[in-house]
Amino acid sequence: MLELIVISTLNSILFGMLLFLMASGLTVIFSMLGVLNFAHASFYMLGAFFGFQISRWVGFWPALVIAPLLAGLIGAAVERYGLRRVHRNGHVAELLFTFGLAFAIEEVVQIIWGKSPVDFRVPPALDFPAFTIFSTNYPAYKMFMLLASIAIFIALLLVLKRTRIGMIVQAALTHPHMVGHLGHNVGRIFMLVFGVGTALAAVAGVIAGPALVTQSNMAGLLGPILFVVVVVGGLGSLPGAFIASLLIGFVQTFAVSMNGSLSEVFGPLSPAYATTWLSDIWNVTVAQVAPVLPYVLLVLILAFRPMGLLGTRET
Amino acid sequence: MTDITARVAPPPPTAREKLKFYGLWAAAAILLLLLPKVFSSGGSLTTFSLIGISIIFALSYNILLGQTGMLSFGHAVYYGLGGFLVIHAINIIGGNKWPIPLPLVPLIGGITGLVFAALLGWVSTQRSGTAFAMISLGVAELIASSALILRTFFGGEAGISANRTKLLKFFDWNFGPQIQIYYLVAAWTLVCMIAMYALTRTPLGRMCNAVRDNPERVQFVGYDPHVVRYIAFCFSGFFAGIAGALAAINFEIANSAYLGAVQSGTVLFAAYIGGVGFFIGPIVGAIFVTLLSLGLSDLTTVWQLYFGLLFIAIVMYAPGGITGLLMMHRPLIRGGTLGKVLPSYVIAFVPTLALVIGLMLGIESIVHYTMNSMEDPNIKAFGIPFNAASPVTWMISLVLVVGGFFVARMTWKRVAHAWDEALTAARAKGLAA
Repeated sequence: MLELIVISTLNSILFGMLLFLMASGLTVIFSMLGVLNFAHASFYMLGAFFGFQISRWVGFWPALVIAPLLAGLIGAAVERYGLRRVHRNGHVAELLFTFGLAFAIEEVVQIIWGKSPVDFRVPPALDFPAFTIFSTNYPAYKMFMLLASIAIFIALLLVLKRTRIGMIVQAALTHPHMVGHLGHNVGRIFMLVFGVGTALAAVAGVIAGPALVTQSNMAGLLGPILFVVVVVGGLGSLPGAFIASLLIGFVQTFAVSMNGSLSEVFGPLSPAYATTWLSDIWNVTVAQVAPVLPYVLLVLILAFRPMGLLGTRET
Repeated sequence: MTDITARVAPPPPTAREKLKFYGLWAAAAILLLLLPKVFSSGGSLTTFSLIGISIIFALSYNILLGQTGMLSFGHAVYYGLGGFLVIHAINIIGGNKWPIPLPLVPLIGGITGLVFAALLGWVSTQRSGTAFAMISLGVAELIASSALILRTFFGGEAGISANRTKLLKFFDWNFGPQIQIYYLVAAWTLVCMIAMYALTRTPLGRMCNAVRDNPERVQFVGYDPHVVRYIAFCFSGFFAGIAGALAAINFEIANSAYLGAVQSGTVLFAAYIGGVGFFIGPIVGAIFVTLLSLGLSDLTTVWQLYFGLLFIAIVMYAPGGITGLLMMHRPLIRGGTLGKVLPSYVIAFVPTLALVIGLMLGIESIVHYTMNSMEDPNIKAFGIPFNAASPVTWMISLVLVVGGFFVARMTWKRVAHAWDEALTAARAKGLAA
């Protein structure tokens, strides 16, 4: 039992931090541009595939730098030539634009790399068990994932809170006109923020690619959970996104490792109900319900605290 | 008070306007009745049925997006649940020999959609805009993932099927042949279209528009925007359920794909490409998107990419959709200045077409390289044979894309210029509002 708890806790933090890497980019973009980037998970996927391709040519470590840069450049171009154009038609048009973009990126990835998973391997330098707890080997790569996520988290905090760039970005969040009057190019700041946000997602993609499966539907699988994180945390709140990421990491990881069902707790139903849909509800295990749990959490949060955990505004 | 109403209210419609209005619906009915006489092959009947279902679904979606300003990413939930309930209903009715004929069964789907919209809608319609979009997505994922867990009811991956011919006969029709299903779909399509059009004319429909445009002011006037959104949401769920029911009857099967994100995305594409600003827009979009997805999938393996690119192009350059583009010309036609823009269209058409062809050539060549590079490089796309391996193809593609783009951009500016002039001229004549 203790073994389960320790391992699951580590995995929860790991998954939660990866979620936060993406959610942070999404949240910063949302609070600056007011648009929820539907294609954010697609940039995560692009990061993973770029990482795969580049690591084949020049190795994993250069790929860890080059792939996010490439994805960030694409992100900046999308903001400059796509979103900015659509902006004058309102937020719904922007959301629709990123929705179409997500769709197109998935198709392009399928064309170039195919529908089946690609063979994105853990680099040999990290392909060993880091330590052993309760006779389970914990791979070094997962430790690296954890450390990298935490390092980026701290770096992001420092940049936003302690540097001049962070101050300008934060000011542009709330008073774009004032920042513009002070001589900063707000349009360029927006473009940079969008690029950095998508690059953050791509970093998560390169890091997560070898550990999870790199395939063309990975954006579709993760995208909705990402939005749950952002809504549960409170739209536009970075600390909220952090808490929500960890919360969802814990909920999902612990649920997957549990096997209990209602029939185990209360005993099986009478044979009369054996083939009705009631027996489904009765026999389904917690592990099977795990994919649904984030959305249950979403609905509960909305019912009881519509602005999200740390959100301040209603819409 | 009555003085003010008399002065402010629009004049009651004249007999001619009334005739035009009812004539339009009568013409639609006659068209639906005669279509299978003209195109009688089995394939076209199936296509028409799919279009009809798609029209109802897209119109129900437009109650949310176009009329009330709610962008939903999870509308397929009500469509899919309607479909599932109807399949179960057909099995139960057929098994117990209840005297309910098939034409009434879609109502069950509609009521299912209504009930679930009423259950799930209260939470999600509290907010509009981005928050609503995210919530609708979350709720849709919740239902779609649950469908794979509750296997007995939803039938797992395989879905559940039914036999529609087992029901009580309706005027000697057992609804086995596609032609009878076509007439069933056509009748429901017409009824739903009229009902949804009527809905836009009610005070509720007007209130929906007001909530879309200015929720705060609606609140000042004394209405609760949340309640208005909620009622619109329920109506939308009702009609989506009917569409899902008709789809389930058409295919005699319902599976989890009915509920999924792809289905929600398709209806969003259909409504938006057609144009959400007009009642006719989603109808145009449903026809266009259904025909395109059926036609393109025969021509190229990557038709979904073209679909996505088309959607992005519409969002960027024509937010009013196809209908919006057409309706833009109404003041010019009324002002008689349409002739001023048409030449610039012709000039812009050539480089734009070159750009599009270049893009398509490039995409098809890349597809050949990555997906089936072992095969013969002499491929055919859209009926045009070319060699995907030869550098000439790549050069042509590159020249067409780059050259086409720069030339096309100049001609687009010309179009915009000619357009402004024509509109000004039309306004000067005082004929355009």
